[in-house]
Formats: sequence, C-alpha cells, structure tokens
Amino acid sequence: MLKRFRYHIAVFFGVMGPGFITAMVDNDSGGILTYSQAGAKYGYLPLWTLLPITVLLIVTQEMNSRMGAVTGKGLSDLIREEFGLRKTLLLMSLLVLTNLTNIMAEFAGIATSLELFGLTRYITVPLGAAAVWLLVVKGTYRSVEKIFLGACVLYVAYIISAILIGPNWKAAAVNSVHPVLMLDPGYITMLIAMVGTSIAPWMQFYLQAAVVEKGITEKEYPASRVEVIVSSIATSVIAFFIVVACAGAIWANGPRDIDDAAVAAQALKPFGKYAFVLFSAGLFNASLFAACILPLSTAYPVCEGLGFESGVNKGFREAPVFYWLYTMLIVVGAGLVLLPKFPLVKMILLSQVLNGVLLPVVLIFMIVLVNKRDLMGEWTNSRFYNTVTWASVVILIGLTLALAGITVRQMHS
Amino acid sequence: MPELLYFTEILGLKVYDLKGRRIGRIEDAALVPLVDPVRVDRYLVGGGWTWLTIRYDQIRSISLDGIHLREEVLTPYHEDEYMLRIARDLLDQQIIDVNGRKVVRVNDVSFELISNDGNDLLRVLEVDIGVRSIVRRILQGVIPRRWVRRLQRAIPPNSIRWEFCNIVEQDPQRRLRLNIDYGKLEYLHPADLADIVEELSPEERSAVMETLDSEVAADALSEVDPKMQVSILESLDTETAADIVEEMAPDEAADVMAELEEETSEEILEEMDAEPKTEVRELLEYKEDTAGGMMNTEYVSLDENASVADAMAAIKGNEDLLEVLNTLFLIDAAGRLVGSIPVAKLFVADSSAPLKPLAGGTLIKVPVDEKQDRVTELFDKYNILTLPVVDEEDRLAGVITADDVISVLRQK
Repeated sequence: MLKRFRYHIAVFFGVMGPGFITAMVDNDSGGILTYSQAGAKYGYLPLWTLLPITVLLIVTQEMNSRMGAVTGKGLSDLIREEFGLRKTLLLMSLLVLTNLTNIMAEFAGIATSLELFGLTRYITVPLGAAAVWLLVVKGTYRSVEKIFLGACVLYVAYIISAILIGPNWKAAAVNSVHPVLMLDPGYITMLIAMVGTSIAPWMQFYLQAAVVEKGITEKEYPASRVEVIVSSIATSVIAFFIVVACAGAIWANGPRDIDDAAVAAQALKPFGKYAFVLFSAGLFNASLFAACILPLSTAYPVCEGLGFESGVNKGFREAPVFYWLYTMLIVVGAGLVLLPKFPLVKMILLSQVLNGVLLPVVLIFMIVLVNKRDLMGEWTNSRFYNTVTWASVVILIGLTLALAGITVRQMHS
Repeated sequence: MPELLYFTEILGLKVYDLKGRRIGRIEDAALVPLVDPVRVDRYLVGGGWTWLTIRYDQIRSISLDGIHLREEVLTPYHEDEYMLRIARDLLDQQIIDVNGRKVVRVNDVSFELISNDGNDLLRVLEVDIGVRSIVRRILQGVIPRRWVRRLQRAIPPNSIRWEFCNIVEQDPQRRLRLNIDYGKLEYLHPADLADIVEELSPEERSAVMETLDSEVAADALSEVDPKMQVSILESLDTETAADIVEEMAPDEAADVMAELEEETSEEILEEMDAEPKTEVRELLEYKEDTAGGMMNTEYVSLDENASVADAMAAIKGNEDLLEVLNTLFLIDAAGRLVGSIPVAKLFVADSSAPLKPLAGGTLIKVPVDEKQDRVTELFDKYNILTLPVVDEEDRLAGVITADDVISVLRQK
C-alpha cells in the first residue's frame, strides 16, 4: 500500500513541471498590472472572479496536457497535420506578432521593476535579454525546467507582501465567494480584463509542447491532470494575494487608478520596506520568467508547425531557424523597450488586443482536435465535458473580444 | 530532359475528356506501392456529386495547363486500402529521412513527367521540405502556376529523394498493404536511429520498434533517453519487449528493467530465454548507483596459467564482444581475480608465451557495492578503459567500461 502511494507521488513529481510553469507564467507583468489595478480601484470586490477564472484555466489547460500526453505531438504539429500548411502559417504569423508584443511588455516589466531600485533600464534590459538568451541556448531541457520551477517558488513574495500589509482578511474571504456585479463600466471592464489576461494563446502551445518534451504518456496522464488542477489553483491564489495587497495598501486609503505596476509597488512603501521590496521583486521575477518562456513558446510551435528542426536539446547548427527566430524575438522585444520615443504603453495595450484576437482561433482549433477520434481514441471529450468546454470557450471568446474592443477604444482616446 | 511537376501544381488542375470538355479538377493522387512504388497510379477528380478515379493509363497528356484523357470510362472513387493518397497520407505529415537521419515534415512532392507515345506518366522523384516548398504551397492557387515557378527560383531547394523516405504508419495491416517496411532503418547507426525514434510520437515509436529486427531495436533502445526506454517497452507487447531486452547488453537491460514497474518487468523477464534472464536478474539485485548496478557481465576471463594462444582462442569464441573488448582478465582456480591484460599486448607477445607476465603492475578493481562516484573517480585517476568488479570473495563479478561511466556523467 505504502509502496503504491510512493509510486504515485513519484509519478506526480516526475510529470510536474509543464503545468506549473505554464500556470505561473500566466501571472506575468501584464497579469500583475491588471490584478493590481483591480485591487487599487475596487478593493476586495473583484475577488470572486478568481473562482470562475480557475475553472476556465483548468478546462483549457487540461485539454492541452491531455492532447500532449495522448498524441505525443505538439499543438502546432497537430494543427499542421489536420488543417494544412496555409492555416498553420497564418496562425503562426499571428502568434509571432502577438508574442512579440507580449515579449516587449515583459521586458518593459523588467525595466520598470528594477528602476524602482534605481537601476537604469539601459543596463538592466540588455542584461536581462542576454540572460534569457543564454539560459535556453546553453542549457538543457532538464536544467531549464529546474530554473523555471525555482522561479515559480519566488511567487511566494506576493503572499508575504500581502501579509505584511495586513489587509482586511474577512472582507477578502467574503468577497472571494460572494459575486458582486455593478453596472459601472469601469468595473465591468476590470472584470473582463482579469479574465482576459489569465488565459493567453501562447500558453496552450507552451503547455502541450512541454508535456510532449517531458515524455508524459497516457499512463502518467492522470498525474498530469492533477498537476494542471493544482497549478491552476496556485495561480489564482497568487492573483488573490496581489489583489488583496493592493486593496489593503491603496484602495483602503482611497481608491484610485494606477497605470503601472510600479506605481502599486510605490504605494506599498508606507507599509515597510519589505512589502515594497517583495512586491517589486515579484514583478521582476514574473517579468523575467515570462520573458524566458515567451520567445521559447513562440519559436517551438512555429518550427514544429512549419517543419523546421526545433528544440532546446538541439544545437545551433541542427536547428538554425529555431535559434534565429528565438534570438530575433528577444533582440527586437528588448530593443524596442529601449527606444526613447517608443509608444510603450500603446504597444502593451496592443498585445492584449492581439491576444484577444488569437485566443478564439486557437481554442476552436483545440476543441476540434481534441474531439477527433482518430487522434485521441478513447480520450476525446465526453458529452458533458464538451458542453463545459464549449461554454467556457464561448464565454472566453466573448470576454476577450470585449476586452480587445475596449482596449482599441482606449487606444484611440 | 524529363519535365518536373510538383504535387501542388497538379492539385486543382483541370481535367478534359476526349472532346475537350472539362470534367473536373484534381483533388488528390495516389500510389499503389504494392504494384509500383513510384508511379502515380490513380488521379482523383472532383466534379459533380462524387469523386472519380482516373487510372494512369487513361491519360494522354499532363501539363501545367491541364490533364487530357485518352479514355473516358471513369469509375467513382471508393476508399481503397492499398492506396497511398498523397494529399491525405503524405502532405503535412512527418516522414523519416533515412539519408539525413532525421524526421521531416512533407511540404510538397515532386514528380518526373515521362511521355511514351500518347500516355503521360508521373513518377515520384522527391519529397520537398524547407522554405522553397512552403512559399510554393502558399502561393499556389493564388497566382498562376508559372509565376510561382519563376518566383521560387530565387530560393535554394531542399528535398529528399523518394527512395530515402520512410513513411511512418502505425497500423500493421496498412503497413503491409502499403508495402512499408523499415529495412532501410536497420543500416543506420543505432545512435541515429535512437534520435529518430525520439522524434516520433509514442505510437509511431512502438510501431517502428516492433517492426525492426530485435537486435537492431535493442541497439537503438540502448541509446534512447532512459525515460523513453521505459515508455517504449511498456507500449510493446510482452513478447516483442522480451525479444528486444534479450538482445541488449545485460547491464543496460537491467537498468531499463529497474525503471519499469515491477509487474511489467516480471512479465518481460518471464518471456526471456534462460541465459539472459539469469544475467539480468542477477544484475537487478544490485543498487543502481553502485559498481554492481553499473557493471555488465560480458567479459573475457582466462585461467592464470593460460597462454597467449589460449587468449586468442577465447577472443575468437566471443565475437560479439569484439567491438568493445579492450582488456582480458586472469582468474585463479577459485575464480578470484589475479590480473588484467590489455588486449593489444597479445599482438607483441609470442603465441606460446604465458599470459601472467603480461599483466600490468597494480591491479585496480572495485567491490560490487562501491559507490558510483568513487568508480568515476577511479576511471579518471588511472585512465582505465575497463574496470573489473569483484564480489565479497574477490571473484570477478563483472566489468564497468568507459562508456558506462560517460553515460553516468552525462546524466548528472
């Protein structure tokens, strides 16, 4: 009995990695900004959305890890094999464009978080870019994954900083399960934004590729599903503490708009040096982490889908397209942040719009694929699960499109 | 000079009957590999309600402007298990490039156009991969075929000759009907074959492994990443798995078996022949990170009073070890290890000379329970290629070779 139990634990840690990393990176610089904004402006009220967000995260991520485990192929591989070259190329072009703006947003996050400590971006961004590049080019899959899992642990910074602030825990607890809807356009936009930032198109590609790369099979899949569920919950827990920290520090002293996560960190200063340092360090960690993953999760699926050699375990000579694309994304993404007159805020907003446009396409491809019997065999969605996924997808599509629309209006005003 | 046509150019070509009336457009083309491995045997035409099938000998001419028939009794298309349909089964799928030793994705297929008196034939030449074929496929149908040809000239071609392509098919029935075999793969170096196998999806992996000769499969499996070894063995049926494990070096076999679930490894062991079974079972007794867990039991040992000629005879009797053999061991009547001799020394000694004086100065050996780290240290310190491992009574139990140490170091 004990042996059996130990075996299960071993399998769980054996498959751990892909799900956790994907879910955590979800709280990237854009996510932190949104959660900070929510807490600063509306206090504890928006907390209830985290529950449905968790469900949506689980539903979408579970499909990817299942497809990865059952077919042993990446999402873009499957799209290419089932939908042909043209659709794949179109989707991949969109993915490169979207992720490039996302990468830029992450490097902007690195710049602003370190500027809080008085370090100029003209040093920190190039250093960050070099570190990201080296990590993947010189590392192996196993070592890279270990570093990434380490970065996941650092998210605890947000939990500690929220505790240091001493927010109203009772209000936080009540609002987590008690939905409040107000017909205030700002509030509704905020709720949509929270859902929109939590599920990004590139995550689907990354997760499935990572599951395949790790060699998780049908047999180990149940453990992998547990990982998806646990890590989705963990992600929402972190989000919870970010909202709570900002609610306790900013909203409690007068609700206001913030347009930069660094502003939120500044506002934490009266609560002691550690709250501020932890919050800023958390932002830095999240940005750097996402900056590592995003170029990778772009170059991988593009090369897989278009039939170029790819993979961290291959050398530069074996997979030139993969490494060139990877390098280009980092250099351009980091470089644009350093241009003095570059409209950075607009580009970050643009990244959200593009995410919103791409996500529906990716999700629909996914549902079609996961229901193909010749691919998935007995692992296709059940009728009930299909209803749940379609409902989730329709909700997500509606919300992300709404977010994209709102953002476009903001960009014009 | 034979003319070249691409599959993407043929797709959508208009088909005309004897009177020059348009019947429809080409939707797909198929080979029937059992009949002819390279000739396009059927063309599938979409027009009215159903697809029609054109046999290769019903065609008068094929060009970029269209296909003209010379006989118009066409049959409706029906699913045929013996057909390899290019658009459905080949395009966008992964195949194995035997020559380039990698897995590639098919973007396009090129044909040689052969005209023999009023009957144009297409024969498959190459499978296209790379940027040129991507551009061709994206533009095809958007701009005229001849413009596409002109545009693509600027891009260097990247293609694989058809005879070096190996299609991966999971279904054994279909593999027979399509005449697919993996014989070509058996000539690859096991390490290259292992790389290819790793690139495939789990089902394709077991499909390839179970069709390969079990000796080749064993060599390849030894080179595969340990975690993947386990999932491959688990996916094969017990008998095939046992055949492959039997052919593996006992130490490597034991390493894989140790990673399997006890039930599975027991089942596989039961299926194995007596001799390899006992060897593997013995090795399984040792902890993985000790000398016993690293060693294998394939070595050549001789009595301490043997001569050079005896040694030569012993080597001849162990031909399967020749590639890796570099050291001989001397044992006394009780089986205790007394000396080691580099094989090369035999060549400079008289054949009647006794072996004992050839043995080196200090005899370096380790007990079976020696820690792995200590073993790698010894290899480094004494620059040895083969290290003998002895049991509690100082009897030779097995040997650790440099390649075992390299794999251990690589895994860290």
